[in-house]
Amino acid sequence: MFTSVDDVRARLAGAGYLASPAVATAVFLADRLGKPLLVEGPAGVGKTELAKAVAQVAGARLVRLQCYEGIDESRALYEWNHAKQLLRISAGRDETWDETRTDIFGEEFLLPRPLLTAIRGDDPKVLLIDETDKADVEVEGLLLEVLGDFQVTVPELGTITATRRPFAVLTSNATRELSEALRRRCLFLHIGFPDAELERRIVRLKVPEIDAALAESVVRVVGALRAMDLRKAPSVAETVDWARTLLALGAGTLDESVVRDSLGVILKHQDDVLKAAAKLDLDAL
Amino acid sequence: MNAAGPPAAAPSDLTARLTGLVDALRAHGVRVGTGETVDAARAVEALGLGDREVLREGLAATLLHTTGQRPVFDAVFDLYFPRRVGAPDTGPADREELRERLAAALADDDAALMARLAVEAVDGFGGYGSSPASDGWSSYQALERLRPQTLLARVRDEVRARGGAPGFGDRLLEDEIRRRIEGFRRLVAAEARRRVAERRGRDEVARRAVAPSADRVDFLFAGRDRLAELRRTVQPLARKLATRLAARRRRAARGSIDLRRTLRGSLSTGGVPMRPVLRRRRPARPELVLLCDVSGSVSGFSDFTMLLVQALHDQFGKVRVFAFVNRVDEVTGLLVRGAADPEGLSARIRDEAVVTGWHGSSDYGTALGEFAERCAGAVGPRTTVFVLGDARTNMADPNLPAVRELAGRARRVYWLNPEQRSRWGTGDSAAPEYAELVEMHECRTVRQLSALVGRLLPV
Repeated sequence: MFTSVDDVRARLAGAGYLASPAVATAVFLADRLGKPLLVEGPAGVGKTELAKAVAQVAGARLVRLQCYEGIDESRALYEWNHAKQLLRISAGRDETWDETRTDIFGEEFLLPRPLLTAIRGDDPKVLLIDETDKADVEVEGLLLEVLGDFQVTVPELGTITATRRPFAVLTSNATRELSEALRRRCLFLHIGFPDAELERRIVRLKVPEIDAALAESVVRVVGALRAMDLRKAPSVAETVDWARTLLALGAGTLDESVVRDSLGVILKHQDDVLKAAAKLDLDAL
Repeated sequence: MNAAGPPAAAPSDLTARLTGLVDALRAHGVRVGTGETVDAARAVEALGLGDREVLREGLAATLLHTTGQRPVFDAVFDLYFPRRVGAPDTGPADREELRERLAAALADDDAALMARLAVEAVDGFGGYGSSPASDGWSSYQALERLRPQTLLARVRDEVRARGGAPGFGDRLLEDEIRRRIEGFRRLVAAEARRRVAERRGRDEVARRAVAPSADRVDFLFAGRDRLAELRRTVQPLARKLATRLAARRRRAARGSIDLRRTLRGSLSTGGVPMRPVLRRRRPARPELVLLCDVSGSVSGFSDFTMLLVQALHDQFGKVRVFAFVNRVDEVTGLLVRGAADPEGLSARIRDEAVVTGWHGSSDYGTALGEFAERCAGAVGPRTTVFVLGDARTNMADPNLPAVRELAGRARRVYWLNPEQRSRWGTGDSAAPEYAELVEMHECRTVRQLSALVGRLLPV
């Protein structure tokens, strides 16, 4: 899919995703080694966006499996279409039992769920397994076969192996430790907060109307907030939101009153707002 | 193995280097399998050796599994794939002139120049022993001679003079420069390690001089910044433990088969027990009492555990925390308020609670006796008690009857000891005596603590 790390970077940038060297390298390797990519990091740094950008760049279809507590095989992998099977049985009244039995467990009656969809067919696909840590431990066992060998075993049909491997991305917020077995099958990428230079470029890209000096000071303040040991450090998504807010407020430069009034956009806890205000020498809120 | 082996173009030295790196990582507790090593070799082949940072990220992606392993990896990588070898080709640097250039680099935030200066700093001021071929390299000595922290005011003024009118960002400037200086110190440390490695052999330096990852640091030997780093992990760790507890609770709620009700139900099916009836569990919120030694020697450990249990408080019916040095006082209230400011916790406990009597050294016997006497109401048959401390009594009476009474009254009593097991019972330690009465566990690192807490906490 990609020829070099720089190629990854340039093409992702074309899709509106500015990748750090770490991200570009990991994406390149995941493509080259044909291994799934496990992406961890705080909320709002662009884990899901990465998968979307890769899909766009590769001209691939994005197949998304959103994990939640209680997700199971029939939601993630495949399900038999019972209603259709019943119809089939009642339609063919004169058949012998053997004919019917072999027939109703055919591909026609299989409802593919995201994991199966991703490995069937010849078109390029990006498989995004979002918030893997939210799923129960049992589901990880399910993922092992899919991610290790890119195959799914349906007892009635046999093993379906991918003719064309999808580019698989798993994201996790680390609320739960993923099992060692799953981690071993993946390349690991931690997306942290970007450095100031990259973040400035992200802000300018996402909010093109903002002027350079304002973008610069926005990124500086956010950088200072991240160093403050808050309950929830502001993420890239918050930086971009803040830049948009400032633009909407018509603020040309940052000053005390503007920051004080809009601090709620970047900080989501009252404790944090108070702490930040004290450290930034803002007047009492 | 052969098919995916080392890249053909690379000399065998590269393979040796890669396996050396993997060995060093394993020595630091990073579990790397052969499969990952092969992947790493394939990554090297795919990426080439042109760009060092790309190589670093590529190896990190293939060899690591968690974020916490990254600092160890970076330090080890710098040893096995150094930026350069040997001494810099510039002449011996002059201290004032070097400080001058460092100030300029800090003002410009020029990372490349700072890296070069770190090399020169170690070369010029880090060597000790007989020159010119020094016996060793010390980042401490280099930094002590160079004193980059004293450049703060100068760099600040320089940036201000350049920036024109002071804007809002001006108030952030000092902190930013401080962070840059901190970065420079890290560069110097890495460079000194590299130079030492050239003399003494990489493998040994990688094993000894690279700091272990945060969850494997010994509580008793953790410095201040390491403890601060640990405190930042309290919230995520508590979240993980809470999910683990919830899973254990779910499993426990299933209960065992209630034979009487199963047989009673089987009457309708002619005595064949078709439907097993499970014993219902009474949902009882367990209570927790923490008894913590907060004397200087173990306060890092106690602080951390208190914060962790406090973060888990919604999992329990009641959590009460008592602190002692040689007297006992309840600090539950201090802890609730302390969640916002964990750094000041131990100072506040010492200021606001009565934990010391006539002298300042710990005395387990007196403190436990006082606890058994004054706070008896806190411990009942539903209570699990955790005692945290090294059981070093300063030669005073260990007061075993008080512990026996405590163990008799509580549901369970566990003792978490931050000392190495082999040191229990040496000197003034009364650990073996206490261990006969209550279950005592060695708990030296965050890793051990989280395993113990996940296993021992009542559900």
